[in-house]
Amino acid sequence: MRKAALDSVQRMARQDRRIFFIGSDLGPGTMASFREEMPERFFMEGVSEAHAVGMAAGLALEGRIVFVNTIACFLSRRAWEQVVLDLCLHRLPVRLLGNGGGLVYAPLGPTHTTVEDLAAMRALPNMTVIAPCDAEEMKRIIKQTVDWPGPIYIRLAKGGDPLVSRPDIPCAIGRGLVLREGTDILLVTTGITLQFALRYAELAGEQGLGVCVLHMPTVKPFDHATLLACAGPVKTIVTIEEHSTVGGLGSAVAEHLAEAGLFGNKKFRRLGIPDVFPDLYGSQTELLAHFGISTAGIEQAVHELHGEAT
Amino acid sequence: MKRFMDHRSRSLCRSIVDTFRAGGRGHLASAFSLVEIMRVLFDDVLRFDPLRPDWEERDRFLLSKGHGCLALYAILADKGFFPATELATFCRMGTRLGGHPDHRLPGVEASTGSLGHGLSLGVGMALNARFAKNGARVFVLMGDGECNEGSVWEAALSATKHGLDNLTVLVDCNGWQSYGRTSEVLDLEPFADKWRSFGFAVSETDGHDLSALRRVLTALPLAPGQPNAVICRTVKGKGVRLCEHNPGWHHKNKISPEETAALYRELEN
Repeated sequence: MRKAALDSVQRMARQDRRIFFIGSDLGPGTMASFREEMPERFFMEGVSEAHAVGMAAGLALEGRIVFVNTIACFLSRRAWEQVVLDLCLHRLPVRLLGNGGGLVYAPLGPTHTTVEDLAAMRALPNMTVIAPCDAEEMKRIIKQTVDWPGPIYIRLAKGGDPLVSRPDIPCAIGRGLVLREGTDILLVTTGITLQFALRYAELAGEQGLGVCVLHMPTVKPFDHATLLACAGPVKTIVTIEEHSTVGGLGSAVAEHLAEAGLFGNKKFRRLGIPDVFPDLYGSQTELLAHFGISTAGIEQAVHELHGEAT
Repeated sequence: MKRFMDHRSRSLCRSIVDTFRAGGRGHLASAFSLVEIMRVLFDDVLRFDPLRPDWEERDRFLLSKGHGCLALYAILADKGFFPATELATFCRMGTRLGGHPDHRLPGVEASTGSLGHGLSLGVGMALNARFAKNGARVFVLMGDGECNEGSVWEAALSATKHGLDNLTVLVDCNGWQSYGRTSEVLDLEPFADKWRSFGFAVSETDGHDLSALRRVLTALPLAPGQPNAVICRTVKGKGVRLCEHNPGWHHKNKISPEETAALYRELEN
């Protein structure tokens, strides 16, 4: 997904001289061909993310569209104040490409795993927050970022994630995508958790359960209308995210449903990382399974909730 | 350090006091130390057009020590970026003149106030000026206390890496920060050497000496291919003995009638 994103940035930069790229001490050779082709619009800054974001803001104040890339935790934690004040307060077109959001860096531990980025970014006025499910969806979305107003945080997944997005479903920033319709259960996903929801929906479908799968690559602005339309008929709603259960997709869904008065007797659960640091190391897959962010986790949640609801 | 203040400096200081009184609060002493730096910049150095604040070829000025905004407002009003009558709205509900500079006010390039942001913004602007070949220069005015922030030094390294001789850092070195003397809270000396070691061409000057400031600031860049640092040695609260070197005046939100009278008395022509 990261390669898809960076290749797209380079292609867009060829067409549009407003586009600049800033990396913060990325791996050797990253974007080498961008650097060769457009050296005056390529900057590799040091291990200084706060500065890199501030510098991007300076360029954006001058009318440039700046893509900044480094590990997600450093963009969403270390550079936080620059994101808030330099980018959001000025509503500048800087695109933050955060590598390895969620549990991708599981073996490197909680200093590198990033499970509160969506919540943190979602709280910021003027910020758009995007977490695509696979490389193809990333390509479709990143093309739309060029003239999108204000800053955007884009969470990049590990790479090599199963391709589950659908080219036939029009994908637009700010829009929720209904990948499967159903009136018993609603599963809402963002980022790579779509694959788990689709797999569960298929299994459940075989047992006669109608599962609606609503994928939200854009967590903010939130597609209120599509959520409400999908939530209306179902009895059980489960949100699945590779993120803390505090403040991310699940929280957004709960807020919108509650304010719309749609909860009624519906059962609701947020699957994600509970309010703990994911400090068990291992692999992303192992941690996802540990926290129940998986097809089995959905199955268990639905079993517990839907049993009660019916 | 120059003791004498001429008519124009006193007039700007009175405007600062008027604005401060209108808002009932503000960083008065932090603004007083900037007066000569600001007037030399806006009278003799910066290229700008108040009727076209977005003119592409203008020089960019960033008040990174945003709490010195009373001095910025005085000079921007003086130059006609906005009507001087608007100074009376300082810190009032809905004003464009907040307790820190707001980018919605003509003449303010970016909202500042949280310290340590301006130099990175300036690096980005200076890089753009070089790319766009628009001849713009970038001036970032910081406080000495502000240089406690690590982000300042990240940006300094980057400015040198990129060889930005169209970028000038001015540091208002008044020797005080909120809690007390900078030498006691977090010593920055040898300050000029620090900037030199970060790759800047450095000049140190009396920040209240108009001729000395003009001499340095009209001779930029100090060295081709290197960013500039002008260390301005100043007196916090300059011009009013009540405030000079007095940390109690860093930020004030209560001022007695006697203190008000003393401020105006000392700033009389």
